[in-house]
Amino acid sequence: MTEVSMTVNGKAARASVPDNTLLVDFLREHLRLTGTHVGCDTSQCGACVVHVNGRAVKSCTTLAASAEGAEVTTIEGLANGELHPMQAAFKENHGLQCGFCTPGMIMSATDMVARYQAAGKELTEEAIRHELEGNICRCTGYHNIVRAIQDGAAKMAAG
Amino acid sequence: MYDVTYHRATSVDDAVARLSAASEGQLLAGGQTLLPTMKHRLAAPSDLIDLRGIADLVGVRVSGRSVTIGAMTTHAAVAGNAELAKVCPAIVKLAGGIGDPAVRHQGTIGGSIANNDPAADYPAGLMALGATIHTNRREIAADDFFTGLFSTALDEGEIVTAVSFDAPETCGYAKFPNPASRYAMTGVFVAKGGDGVVRVAVTGAGSDGVFRHEGLEQALSKDWSSAAVDGVSVSADGLMSDIHCDAAYRANLIKAMAKRALA
Ligand SMILES: Cc1cc2nc3c(=O)[nH]c(=O)nc-3n(C[C@H](O)[C@H](O)[C@H](O)COP(=O)(O)OP(=O)(O)OC[C@H]3O[C@@H](n4cnc5c(N)ncnc54)[C@H](O)[C@@H]3O)c2cc1C
Ligand code: FES
Ligand code: FES
Repeated sequence: MTEVSMTVNGKAARASVPDNTLLVDFLREHLRLTGTHVGCDTSQCGACVVHVNGRAVKSCTTLAASAEGAEVTTIEGLANGELHPMQAAFKENHGLQCGFCTPGMIMSATDMVARYQAAGKELTEEAIRHELEGNICRCTGYHNIVRAIQDGAAKMAAG
Repeated sequence: MYDVTYHRATSVDDAVARLSAASEGQLLAGGQTLLPTMKHRLAAPSDLIDLRGIADLVGVRVSGRSVTIGAMTTHAAVAGNAELAKVCPAIVKLAGGIGDPAVRHQGTIGGSIANNDPAADYPAGLMALGATIHTNRREIAADDFFTGLFSTALDEGEIVTAVSFDAPETCGYAKFPNPASRYAMTGVFVAKGGDGVVRVAVTGAGSDGVFRHEGLEQALSKDWSSAAVDGVSVSADGLMSDIHCDAAYRANLIKAMAKRALA
């Protein structure tokens, strides 16, 4: 067993877990934050994306123990009384159907917006499509996801 | 995943000590290959020694044209390094094309080359750049480091600490990514040194892993152009055939990717 402690959505989280516990299982099973999903066992679908120290990572391919001391943000940590602008943009642009991929899509989206802003680069439609290479959606055909991210990025820049 | 004991190494020496004390210890870098393999129960180390806490192993140093990249430097950090982009844009492009953003935030150059997947990108880059691989024990030329499918010249308990190379005068990289995994179905790295020496390395195609292509090297050292590639015959002998494509298709991809790398 390993003692892990990290900050999840601004709150301290501490537990003793088996050493082989994946971050996604720590979030879902120990903290009951079930917004982070598991959609594959090959590290390819991105349903499990969360932010660790401000960067998007696949929580199914990260050990809880290696996130010791980290700041973790999950989909539950984005809304602040009202929906985060990116969440609102997904809702308004029909960026989801079944919604299974959506938490990962939104966590990847807010990460790419932050990175492109920091680098002073324009997040074009083409760039969004490349940036989504690690997020798979079985329902939408992606068009409305891309539109939602364009809209969400504009809302984040304005807000 | 089977049970495992997790360690966080504080230095390279500490990692070596923990590795040798473990019955079946394995180093953990970004985990982007090792953790999926453990989840599938294809690897079952008794102990994982995490290198993430070792600051000495992280970072890109560019001084003049000489480049050193620490083993624990992530693909994202290489892809985003502006100084490196100035002297060696192709390695920056290569790193930015590995997997997807979340994989690049964790995966490392040391982990990638130690793993030596026959479809990985970095082995082609380092071989074409004539890079040196630094370990806790010695320096190994890239030509001698990559020894076959998933195998390297690393000995038991040996840790990659960095890679270094002199940025060539010109270089380029292009891969045909597998649409699902983004790994190279074939990737070609071309480099021309200040001394005029041309090196061409191919990944994703060889049934024995990354290799240098003599025919392309000879043609390009006479004429550094995509027209020169047209005149080279690339044999399908020794190339992989798998579910994605056969050896003849890969032989053609080698030429097509070499041209794109030159463009
Ligand atoms: C969805 C997905 C897509 C990917 N696409 C690509 C792609 O397009 N191209 C590509 O090249 N790769 C791709 N990868 C692999 C990725 O680049 C990995 O990051 C890389 O292969 C392994 O690096 P790591 O740091 O994650 O190492 P780990 O997985 O932690 O370790 C890999 C192996 O190397 C050993 N090791 C690690 N560090 C050292 C060291 N310093 N010294 C000695 N041994 C060490 C470990 O013990 C282990 O055996 C992909 C991975 C995923 C999950
Ligand atoms: S569940 Fe993590 S990538 Fe699919
Ligand atoms: S909305 Fe169903 S998987 Fe994306």
